[in-house]
Amino acid sequence: MYLTIDNVTKHFVNQQKQKVKVLDDINLEVEKGSFVSIVGPSGCGKSTLLYLIAGLDQPDSGDIFVAGNKVNKPGPDRVVVFQEAGLFPWLTVLENVTYGLKLKKMSTAKANEKALEVLKMVHLSKYVHSYPHQLSGGMKQRVAIARALVMEPDILLMDEPFSALDEQTRMVLHKELLEIWRTTKVTIFFVTHNIREAVQLAERIVVFATRPGKIKEIIAVPALRDGVMPDSVTLNTEQKVLSILQEEIEKVLKEEMGNDYSFKTGHLHRYDSGDMGSHI
Amino acid sequence: MIAAIWEVTSRLSGLPSFMFPSLTQVFETLVNGLISGQITAAIGKSMGRILLGFLIAIIVGLILGYFIWRYKLVEDTLGFVVTALQSIPSIVWFPLAIIWFGLNDFSILFIVTIGATWTMTVNATSGFKNVPPLYQRVAKTYGSSGFHFVRTVILPASVPQIISGLRIAWAFSWRALMAGELLGGGGGLGQLLEMGRSLGQMDLVISVMIIIAIIGTIVDNVVFSRIERNVQMKWGVHS
Repeated sequence: MYLTIDNVTKHFVNQQKQKVKVLDDINLEVEKGSFVSIVGPSGCGKSTLLYLIAGLDQPDSGDIFVAGNKVNKPGPDRVVVFQEAGLFPWLTVLENVTYGLKLKKMSTAKANEKALEVLKMVHLSKYVHSYPHQLSGGMKQRVAIARALVMEPDILLMDEPFSALDEQTRMVLHKELLEIWRTTKVTIFFVTHNIREAVQLAERIVVFATRPGKIKEIIAVPALRDGVMPDSVTLNTEQKVLSILQEEIEKVLKEEMGNDYSFKTGHLHRYDSGDMGSHI
Repeated sequence: MIAAIWEVTSRLSGLPSFMFPSLTQVFETLVNGLISGQITAAIGKSMGRILLGFLIAIIVGLILGYFIWRYKLVEDTLGFVVTALQSIPSIVWFPLAIIWFGLNDFSILFIVTIGATWTMTVNATSGFKNVPPLYQRVAKTYGSSGFHFVRTVILPASVPQIISGLRIAWAFSWRALMAGELLGGGGGLGQLLEMGRSLGQMDLVISVMIIIAIIGTIVDNVVFSRIERNVQMKWGVHS
């Protein structure tokens, strides 16, 4: 397996100095070139898992392997696209994209050449010498994706990369991300709370249970997707994911609002937006 | 308007001209001083001192700031001391400096440097501390670490804060320089002030005051403002 997550457990210490289990015995295998999405209620540890794969944080127990190597620190073979683009405001678009390449001691000429190629792929050739503040939110996120892709990573880790964007921009970027994935054959690990997004993009959806974070179910998405319009198959899959998640959402709400919260079964099904909301 | 009032009051005040010189008289002394090289040499001397002191302060401030930011133990110990030291006006160091180094150039350089160092340290520390974690994470995922990480992320990301630190540090060391030169001698604008006083030449004193004001304004409004504006333009921050 390309990415192997083996019995990974992680605790955090909360404000009351109590130890809270965020990830409980996670086991997951991801094949090379596949597109996996993690969905779950907010606070279920899905982003934590992504950080562990990135090497930005260490698991308390268990191991993560990428292409046979044990993960113990961050590295350019597993780059992350964060929710906010995180471009360096003091560098131009081109300099931002070549940042990682120069770290790998690639010559400036070669790095620029590669960066221009990737920037063309995300349709930003016109803005090569702009500074990040001159770009819109969607354009910034394209630069962030370009900056990640140019490294030719083993895995592209995406942490709710489109959740801060407006609907139209998100739709366009979904389509483009799928194109990029098909042409580059990069392995994508995509964390989101947006069920529709997960269904329209990923081949496999890992549904997370919360408190502690656990894999509840893994669903294969059957149809060919274009990332734009939901068809009956995606809607169907969406419902399936939602029904699995229902129990988890109820758990979160009960915990936050007390036991007097009564959850109407089936109620959520009527919403077809697929977005559970990031702030429940 | 102010010039006219000055000219008139000076002529009508009845005070002798060496105590309250007229504008024209001051202007004459100023021009003469610039031409003869007396004032120009003093400007050169003072600027040389402050630039050297300032440069040392920036380097020391950044280094101290780095250690305070990087190590908790240093923060708890040195960080606290620096905050306390920052509240001491730098001229207060002068007696000590005279005992340590003698009444010479070095003592003046010392208080100029010390006037700017603590402010630089405090600003550098808070600049480093306020680097968004997102930038740090991004850099780390691309494999940046150690000196490269500090050079390419921590330093540039704290540039806005460092610039405002420079500005305050400059104001402190400029004041310290004048006070030091006034007391310590060894040439420079402050010394020229003292000379004007002992010779009873208030026209010279006022000329020097004008020069001090002009240099202060140029540095603050032209040099620092321009740097600040450039950074803001590049970053897209609106003041």
